[in-house]
Amino acid sequence: MNHFLRRQGWVVGLFALLIVLFIATRIIQPAYGSNDFGSLARAVLPYAFAVAAQTVVVIAGGIDLSVAAMMALTSVTAASMMAGASEEYALFVVPFVLAMGFALGALNGLLIVVTRVPDIVVTLAMLFVLQGAALLVLDAPGGGAAEWLKALISGTVPIPGLPDAIDAWLPKALLVLIVCLCIIWIPLRRSRLGLSIYAIGSSELAAFRSGVPVKRTRIIAYALSGLFAAFGGLALTLSTGIGAPIPGPYLLASVAAVVLGGVALGGGKGGLLGPIVAVFVLRLVRTDLTLLAIDPNVTAIIEGLIMVAVVMFGAFITMRGRQ
Amino acid sequence: MRRANPIASHPMSTTAITPAPIPLGRRVKRFMADRPSVPLIILLIILVVILQILRPGIVNERWIGNTIKFAIPLAILAGCQTMTMLTGGIDLSVGTVATMSAFIMATQVVNQDPAVAFLLAMMPAVLIGLVNGIGVGVFRVHPLIMTLGTSLIGTGCLQVYQRTVIASGAKIPDFLAWLGTGVTSGFPNALLLFVPLAALIVFTLARTGFGRLLYAVGDNERATRLSGVQYWQVITALYITSSVLAGITGLLYIGLIKAPSLSLAEPLVLPSVAAAVIGGTSIFGGRGGYTGTIIGALILTVLTTLLTILQMPEGARRILFGLIVLFVTAAYLRIVEER
Repeated sequence: MNHFLRRQGWVVGLFALLIVLFIATRIIQPAYGSNDFGSLARAVLPYAFAVAAQTVVVIAGGIDLSVAAMMALTSVTAASMMAGASEEYALFVVPFVLAMGFALGALNGLLIVVTRVPDIVVTLAMLFVLQGAALLVLDAPGGGAAEWLKALISGTVPIPGLPDAIDAWLPKALLVLIVCLCIIWIPLRRSRLGLSIYAIGSSELAAFRSGVPVKRTRIIAYALSGLFAAFGGLALTLSTGIGAPIPGPYLLASVAAVVLGGVALGGGKGGLLGPIVAVFVLRLVRTDLTLLAIDPNVTAIIEGLIMVAVVMFGAFITMRGRQ
Repeated sequence: MRRANPIASHPMSTTAITPAPIPLGRRVKRFMADRPSVPLIILLIILVVILQILRPGIVNERWIGNTIKFAIPLAILAGCQTMTMLTGGIDLSVGTVATMSAFIMATQVVNQDPAVAFLLAMMPAVLIGLVNGIGVGVFRVHPLIMTLGTSLIGTGCLQVYQRTVIASGAKIPDFLAWLGTGVTSGFPNALLLFVPLAALIVFTLARTGFGRLLYAVGDNERATRLSGVQYWQVITALYITSSVLAGITGLLYIGLIKAPSLSLAEPLVLPSVAAAVIGGTSIFGGRGGYTGTIIGALILTVLTTLLTILQMPEGARRILFGLIVLFVTAAYLRIVEER
């Protein structure tokens, strides 16, 4: 138990923070109910996928500045393909868009490995490229989404045998998020590949000398990031029903949540659970501030302050630990 | 430009002993590797020539003046990136800082004395620089996160501030308009600010103790600390300098653009990183210099003109911009590493 606490201390702390925030929300707004929780889950969905995309790359010791642009591109692609098409056509669109994200992510990794240009610069250049591509696909917000796909993330999951009162607290969006992340992350984490991703993030040289195919692993890490970003893009299209070519604030949010989630920016440390919980914390803080009727601009200041304070605190703890 | 490897001339001396004929290609490459700004200048000239071919007669005195005018704010911000990158950092708050100082200047000058407005405008710059410096230097937060965070806070503060001055309006001080857009006998007035500033940065980096410390910290932080350098002091001074430079850029930029907005200088942030990287400054620290960065900023400005003239859709322009930045950086690294 002690060992578990020490390893997962940060995530446990985040969970505690999340619960405190939920209680605070109930106090501020006693009417905060399952419907509001459902809309929170829907709002979190694209952020959570953006954060997952960033997490994989950061664990592998890199950074991906193109996450938000990738989401914009996949979102407009999905929206413009589904616009006016039949409902069944969406069955083809979803895998296509996911494959596109995977391939573009792999391209990111390939460029980093082949050109030996620092990852920050390659993904910065890709940010422009993907943004441009998104504008070519759709130059203004538009497109559409299949009804059954939109229904996939709205409403709740009816579980037989459970009273409706409990059902109501299980929004479909949350379930979609958990399922999508788990079917990719858990097998990955337990596989040799997952271990390699942690290894190259921890020490590239040591990983190389222990026989880890560093280049291949890096490419795959970026490809997975692209895949998660494509999930995020789809989530955007599904929740709004259209695609917008201008990237949202997902880059900054993803980096913030990754750090808040206890993933070291140097790489090799942390997991996916922490950052995902961190996204919920950040979104819930925003909800609370809105409920308190605070000026949304002040909300931005408070969010920034929280982020900086948390990061400083985290860095301070690590420094203490090292001494 | 400072070279990373001072022993680079050794291969030359060994070839002098065994006079084997070196192929011309290798010799050209080696020459370029020894003088990293040469390939950059060649690229710049090629871009200008392409421009002249596509639109004969466009390259005249006025065009050159305009290009320089627009390249200068980018070059100063890229200077912030160069200095922070030398220590292995990055300063992404420069866009917000520049916007803040520009916006505060434009709104405060309505009711205040210009000097007071200037001081008020530079205050957030110093403050954000100080917070960045303490975060990175004392608490050891990753510079990327720290500067992103402070830029988020800064943007929020600016939006709140905007509410309070919405009634009073804004105006651009004549002096800044003169500095930003004016031309005296063929030379943009902004050069009056930029030339001394650039000389100061180059001199500081190459000849002063502070500049050497930046290279030293970026090259091997541990060794630098063990040799008695107060790391946090260097970093704090660096980030304050960077922020103040960004604030000055904001004032210059508002004189050039003449329309205060809340996202005035944001579009310059990523290109400023690109300019520093194209100019040969290593993002991991310890290698690079400001001369290359200035040429990098010029290249990016000419490139933007070129892409505008081609009259492509906005999307295709961005794609090309990204690809060219990537290609130039990769090619440049190839050339410089070849020795």
